[in-house]
Amino acid sequence: MYGTSLGGETYRFADLKSLMAKATPLRSGDQLAGVAALRDVERVAAQVALAELPLKTFLTEAVVPYETDEVTRLIIDTHDAAAFGPVSSMTVGDLRDWLLSDSADSAALAALAPGLTPEMAAAVSKLCRIQDLILIAKKCHVVTGFRDTVGLPGHLSTRLQPNHPTDDLRGIAASILDGLMYGSGDAVIGINPATDNLHATVQLLHLLDEIIHEHGIPTQSCVLSHVTNTMAAIEEGAPVDLTFQSIAGTQKANESFGISLALLAEAHEATLSLGRGTVGDNVMYFETGQGSCLSADAHHGVDQQTLESRAYAVARRYRPLLVNTVVGFIGPEYLYDGKQIIRAGLEDHFCGKLLGVPMGCDICYTNHAEADQNDMDMLLTLLGTAGINFIMGIPGSDDVMLNYQTTSFHDALYARRVLGLRPAPEFEDWLDRSGLMAKDGGFTPAARPPAVLSQRLSLLEAG
Amino acid sequence: MADLPDQRNQDPWARLRRHTSARIALGRTGVSLSTARNLEFQIAHAQARTAVHSVLDLDLLEQQTGPLIRTASRAPDRAAYLQRPDWGRRLDDASAQALEAQPKGADIAIVLADGLSSLATQDQAPGFLAAFLPMLDGLSVAPLVAATQARVAIGDEIGAILGARMVVVLIGERPGLSAADSLGLYLTFGPRLGRSDADRNCISNIRPGGLAAPDAAHRAAWLVREAFKLGLSGVGLKDRTVTVDALPE
Repeated sequence: MYGTSLGGETYRFADLKSLMAKATPLRSGDQLAGVAALRDVERVAAQVALAELPLKTFLTEAVVPYETDEVTRLIIDTHDAAAFGPVSSMTVGDLRDWLLSDSADSAALAALAPGLTPEMAAAVSKLCRIQDLILIAKKCHVVTGFRDTVGLPGHLSTRLQPNHPTDDLRGIAASILDGLMYGSGDAVIGINPATDNLHATVQLLHLLDEIIHEHGIPTQSCVLSHVTNTMAAIEEGAPVDLTFQSIAGTQKANESFGISLALLAEAHEATLSLGRGTVGDNVMYFETGQGSCLSADAHHGVDQQTLESRAYAVARRYRPLLVNTVVGFIGPEYLYDGKQIIRAGLEDHFCGKLLGVPMGCDICYTNHAEADQNDMDMLLTLLGTAGINFIMGIPGSDDVMLNYQTTSFHDALYARRVLGLRPAPEFEDWLDRSGLMAKDGGFTPAARPPAVLSQRLSLLEAG
Repeated sequence: MADLPDQRNQDPWARLRRHTSARIALGRTGVSLSTARNLEFQIAHAQARTAVHSVLDLDLLEQQTGPLIRTASRAPDRAAYLQRPDWGRRLDDASAQALEAQPKGADIAIVLADGLSSLATQDQAPGFLAAFLPMLDGLSVAPLVAATQARVAIGDEIGAILGARMVVVLIGERPGLSAADSLGLYLTFGPRLGRSDADRNCISNIRPGGLAAPDAAHRAAWLVREAFKLGLSGVGLKDRTVTVDALPE
């Protein structure tokens, strides 16, 4: 039982998960789950009580039972007590103050990451304003590599997302060439296939492999199919750079995705064994998003932001190249409008970075949510300021396969120009060398396709 | 998509547009979209918002599909539907009772659901069924069920009440900017309350310009046969069809 007094009234919270849920800034998913604070003053009371909570509590009281949930077991069993040492006597409120202080520099934060549990990160985020979420996250550097280096300070990478409604190979190639002309694709060239069809997945993998090697592009490919599909593709000898999987913060939600930690470990090993990376061996690409546990009826009465943070504990176990919170994809029943989406995107980036996860964000919305391009411009500008590792890049913001809106090739160039953020260094060299985009800081694409792309372009134009 | 005039800011590879409905070769002013391209986007967004709120015309649908058992979810209206997916997954009491009165034990129950775009169900479901039903040789099909303000999982309850061995749900997908009429198909073997997404196989983007109805029907019929052979659906059932949709047009 936790509680506090405020304005002569006493507020009680039955357990840790209830305290965390009531302290969470308002969002529709927590209201849907019936765990949200009923009044603003109850929310602040929960935040006051949460601020006084010793961090050690999170090591002895689980929000999802240890006995029945393998994600909780992963969190507790791999907790690094030595790394936790410097903050072990702090409360959640103390931790926020320390994170904002000048002693919490990049090196100290990197050392702390394995000592923090996802619930601690979620708890402190609930006490943070948006400027705190930005200021602290900006100090956290999580750098990963495969054929180029993603996440260096001062850099912003993009996933080129050339989706097509029927996986038409020429249609996908056309979107890839369009994206490369706009300097997109240094995080990954990643396709969401239209079906689970294994044959189609293998065809797409070969197309991506050809384009990357034909043009000597320092980037990696991914077909975002179920992990078991990618494992089957590996068995067939297909050229797999990164293995993808959607993950969530509870065992039951992961089961609804058809995965377990053992399966992810097996996929990680299989992908590593291919040895296709050149500058690094981070071979996993994970996607997450607030609301996925509730959507799978696997939330255990825990608020969606805390559960999202727990998904990052799953992710970091397999040393991913990229982790992407697909923040506005899930719909208005979880994040109702632009205001909720913006806050959630910044919380996810903050919690992931604090835990040592290479966070990117699919800054997006659907047509049944109360949001529009202006909301996306705000979140893009804020996440760029916070040091996000990567965002999506799609032609004209319109995903014609998944039917939602995310950031465009143009949007990424806007952010790079306004905030002075560069592509991954190996990729930037390639853009400069091949005449696609000069390395002069102006981020201006070439007006005409240079020689390196002209052969494939004329083939497609004629085809 | 709308096509407003914009002569000044074209990209020279605009010919590639015939390979994809994606918004490629948009051109730029500085690194930004021109006024014309920006307004085209706003038009499409306004149209998609309209599609979300349109209503399924069951009388019209019945003219094309034959008799439908009409059911509704527990979501009383569109606003409730958008905020309460749990209500959209369950039948209201009257609908459940109406289904109880039906004959039981067919091999397949088929549900036509509005989902997030009734436009998709209205336009694509009849053509898909015309191609799909003749492919179900030797299997018995329950009377067709229509479900409004419905989510995918409503098929679990419908299939269970009808005592069907499998349920196939045709449902309007979330409208996009370029396609507001895209139909999804979800196949679940052994339908009952509590099935999860891992228990289902999905075929999406069924529409002209996406996956054509005959190709979708071919793929769906293959999944139906495999599911009956294996006695399961979902991640344990891999779609190994080699169909024409992945090849050049």
